[in-house]
Amino acid sequence: MSRDHQRNNAPQEQSRRDILRGAAALGGLALAPGVTLHLIGGEAAARPADEAVSDTHRWGMLIDAGKCGDGCQECVTACADENGWDPDGKLPTDAQWIRKIDLRDPKSGAERTLPMMCQHCASPPCVDVCPTGASFKRADGIVLVDKHTCIGCRYCVMACPYNARSFVHEPLTDQKAHAPRGKGTVESCTMCVHRVDAGKQPACVERCNDAAGGAMLFGDLNDPTSEISKRIATYATARVRADLGLDTGVYYRNI
Amino acid sequence: MAPSSVFAIILAALVLSASMAPQHWSARAAEPSTGVPVPKPPKGRGNECVAETDYIRRYHMQLLDHQRDDTVHEGIRTKQFSLKQCIDCHAVQGPDNKPVAYDDPSHFCRSCHDYAAVAIDCFECHDSKPQKSAAAREAFRGSMLALEGYLKARGP
Ligand code: HEC
Ligand code: HEC
Ligand code: HEC
Repeated sequence: MSRDHQRNNAPQEQSRRDILRGAAALGGLALAPGVTLHLIGGEAAARPADEAVSDTHRWGMLIDAGKCGDGCQECVTACADENGWDPDGKLPTDAQWIRKIDLRDPKSGAERTLPMMCQHCASPPCVDVCPTGASFKRADGIVLVDKHTCIGCRYCVMACPYNARSFVHEPLTDQKAHAPRGKGTVESCTMCVHRVDAGKQPACVERCNDAAGGAMLFGDLNDPTSEISKRIATYATARVRADLGLDTGVYYRNI
Repeated sequence: MAPSSVFAIILAALVLSASMAPQHWSARAAEPSTGVPVPKPPKGRGNECVAETDYIRRYHMQLLDHQRDDTVHEGIRTKQFSLKQCIDCHAVQGPDNKPVAYDDPSHFCRSCHDYAAVAIDCFECHDSKPQKSAAAREAFRGSMLALEGYLKARGP
């Protein structure tokens, strides 16, 4: 992909964002009837530590490519910081929980950039092919690898249409206590399950809202009153490779 | 293999090989009469473990396995049998006064395992040192103990 990441229309973008942010600080900005833009605060309430997850919630994300900054890598570095992987991997086989991809319509020349990671499918092909049951979907829709049962066969890596999984080839040291990773197992975006369980938002979403364009929204797809559900009901959204019918939990706008 | 049978085997092996045991297997003070060397795990923080000492000694692996399934699959994040908590309470300070990692033979989780030839892979992924806050607490405790020692030595 030959993209000129130097091209920069950021100043103008920035000021528009500042205005939005300022307005939000005053209590939220009405975008369309019934839709309010909250740039701050999460909507995930922490479940008691001893309570099992249930399918009452289905966690998902809405990513607005229109607000995703050209060349911006904040979500990627936030994920890497949080989960302890190296975002500057040089080999195609290096760990990659989330990456930025650039799209260009060859006819119109229109360009878009967006983050791509595990799409947390309702019918995940990675789970179908896993021979040990290590690849599984949690009741609340988060697709995970149970690294205790993963034998490293990498069928799931091949099965994923989003190229979202990677494999740890080398022994690691100094992993984060809340994100154990190790050689011989497959890994991918966990939607920051440890944070979600604590009532927080995924690290990428938080960073995008704090330090970048506020392009990412996390929330409960099962709750029609949640911000994410309201926006999905109001705006045209798309899911990547919707033709596969996987019912992904990650929605995009403006792609 | 059931823990009980393993312990029986270990005990048998110990009785047979007692005379060949290396020096550093110091016998437990409470049972000096047998002369049998037994592993001497460093004491944890506080007075008691998260379960009866006899129970945890024998069944900690089952508790941990159960906890990890609960956490990973069900999102249950209770603290009692969390591996992170074991590590926090059972930190062993090295010569540099920092908690040792699993690659150090004095790590709590190796005190019996090395002796009983148990190999666990947990710390290929999991952090074998206490989390920052716990490490800071330990360091603070260490410096308080040092201060206390100093004040005692100095006298009133
Ligand atoms: C290949 C990497 C890997 C290995 C090896 C591994 N784990 Fe885990 N473990 C994980 C991951 C990933 C989690 C999920 C962390 C989360 O969601 O917060 C986890 C979570 C856990 C939890 C629940 C969280 C906690 O801290 O209490 C326990 C208990 C646990 N593992 C025990 C073990 C034990 C015991 C072993 C060794 C027999 C082991 N694990 C080996 C990756 C690993
Ligand atoms: C609150 C601090 C604390 C936590 C948390 C804790 N322990 Fe302990 N543990 C102790 C103490 C103190 C002892 C010594 C008890 C005694 O002397 O009777 C001990 C004893 C033990 C022993 C027996 C050692 C011997 O002398 O034979 C084992 C094994 C053990 N703990 C494993 C674990 C495991 C596994 C976990 C995590 C599931 C854990 N502990 C969590 C404080 C803790
Ligand atoms: C009091 C001695 C002792 C201490 C201390 C101890 N273990 Fe163990 N552990 C054993 C023995 C003995 C076995 C083997 C029992 C068996 O095979 O049935 C074992 C087995 C295990 C197993 C299962 C291994 C397997 O291959 O199935 C795990 C996991 C484990 N220990 C984790 C830990 C962790 C984590 C710690 C540190 C928090 C720890 N142990 C501290 C004595 C100990």
